[in-house]
Amino acid sequence: MKPEDMDRLIRTALREVAPDADLAQLGADADLREALGLDSLDFLRVVELLSQRTGHRIDEEDYPRLATITSATTFLSDRAAVR
Amino acid sequence: MPSLGADMESGVLLEWLVHPGDRVRKGDIVAVVDTAKAAVEVECFDTGVIERLLVEPGTRVPVGTALAMIATVPDPALHQARVTGAGPAGEPAQAAGRTAVPVTSPLVRQLAAERHIDLGSVPGTGPGGRVTRADLQAAARVVPEAPPVPDGARVRASPLARRLATELGVDLGTVAGHGPGDTVDAEDVRRAAAERLDRRSTAGLPSTADRASAMRTQIASLMARSKREIPHYYLTETVDLAAAMTWLRARNRELPVPGRLVPAALLLKAAALAIRAVPDLNGFVVDGQFTRAEAVHLGVAISLRGGGLVAPAIHDADRLALTELMAKLKDLVLRTRAGRLRRAELSDPTITVSNLGEQGVESILGVIYPPQVALVGFGTVSDRPWAIDGLLGVRPLVTVSLAADHRVTDGASGARYLLAIRQLLQRPEEL
Repeated sequence: MKPEDMDRLIRTALREVAPDADLAQLGADADLREALGLDSLDFLRVVELLSQRTGHRIDEEDYPRLATITSATTFLSDRAAVR
Repeated sequence: MPSLGADMESGVLLEWLVHPGDRVRKGDIVAVVDTAKAAVEVECFDTGVIERLLVEPGTRVPVGTALAMIATVPDPALHQARVTGAGPAGEPAQAAGRTAVPVTSPLVRQLAAERHIDLGSVPGTGPGGRVTRADLQAAARVVPEAPPVPDGARVRASPLARRLATELGVDLGTVAGHGPGDTVDAEDVRRAAAERLDRRSTAGLPSTADRASAMRTQIASLMARSKREIPHYYLTETVDLAAAMTWLRARNRELPVPGRLVPAALLLKAAALAIRAVPDLNGFVVDGQFTRAEAVHLGVAISLRGGGLVAPAIHDADRLALTELMAKLKDLVLRTRAGRLRRAELSDPTITVSNLGEQGVESILGVIYPPQVALVGFGTVSDRPWAIDGLLGVRPLVTVSLAADHRVTDGASGARYLLAIRQLLQRPEEL
């Protein structure tokens, strides 16, 4: 998957969990939970969607790597490369 | 019009889910009522046959107003008609001239989801072409088990559009598709949901902004009443969550994402179980008289994205396994934010928990929801210094607080409650 596709996949997941958030204004390095006001259940849904759609296992230890769009893109691309 | 919470004075009847002549049983969901908080499904309090609907959809009436006449004498003829299933097609379109929104009722959506029926493929015979429960049952008889086979009659829609439609309560059959080959895409569904909202507000029903301000007014009046009438006392206790978090992490490692628990599930379960140590914190004061509640219906304060707060109940929280409680919590948060709750969830919490979650601050001292007598608050779990066996260590800690009603309990019993929570959280595997 190309980085821009990954970026779109992540933003789509975020839009589904926080439909009212302004994702156009969301910087690639902003802390997602803080910027979008995600609580732990929201974040779990994001993880669920990403794991489902990329087919990659995401452990709790990996959650910090999903902190921003940039870090999440890198993390998910790394996972794809390992496979 | 039932009271859906101590703070409710009136409600708008949004939609009837039954017609005159329908047989209803006590507990059946018969209508949807709009309050400042959410659209709420209300059930019927009697068993019998609907004789007459007294309130038109879109009308605001005070709490206590009769909504429908129910004949409680069984009428075998009517019963027969209903059971033979001839009903729906023959039902008169009694809602002609009614400007009802073609919403599929939550009950029908749930049934459809359970039976894997695509609502868009079911011909609706209800008012405005709405798919009724009878339609769904008819469809279920035609296709008993197998998932629906795509054919000409089925609405072509993207998977995302389908999921969105279920979540937003949009009937795919009513959505015009603008995607490739006139497929209904996510954008079409969102547009349909937005148009429905517009129609609601032009029909005199509250818009999102109105609702937010109405909710603010309600919160203000309820909290003012609480502070005026309830002599609050407050206790706090800091609890070491090292054991709980370690157990949780080990457990979650074994499980796929949908099965994982969040710390809030443990905290809620502990708060519910600890009630057994001090049952006087669980119940209601009405006219100065305390009545202890038999079951623990844990109100969970859920913040809404647009601002405001709703605290619907997780029923029998003390008797739910952690996984069940987690599933209920997820479902409740989703439905609260979608503005679709059930009457019992809004009106009968016996004690409320306010959990600040991960982005919050160290502690919260709550205001009790009348007529309840206690509110438990959990601050954010954070790593802080902690003395263990004469040494200083860093542990994940949470500050638990209790606001309780002095007319019913004293600091000593409140303290026993917080200590019970602390002990329960040291043995997470037993929660």
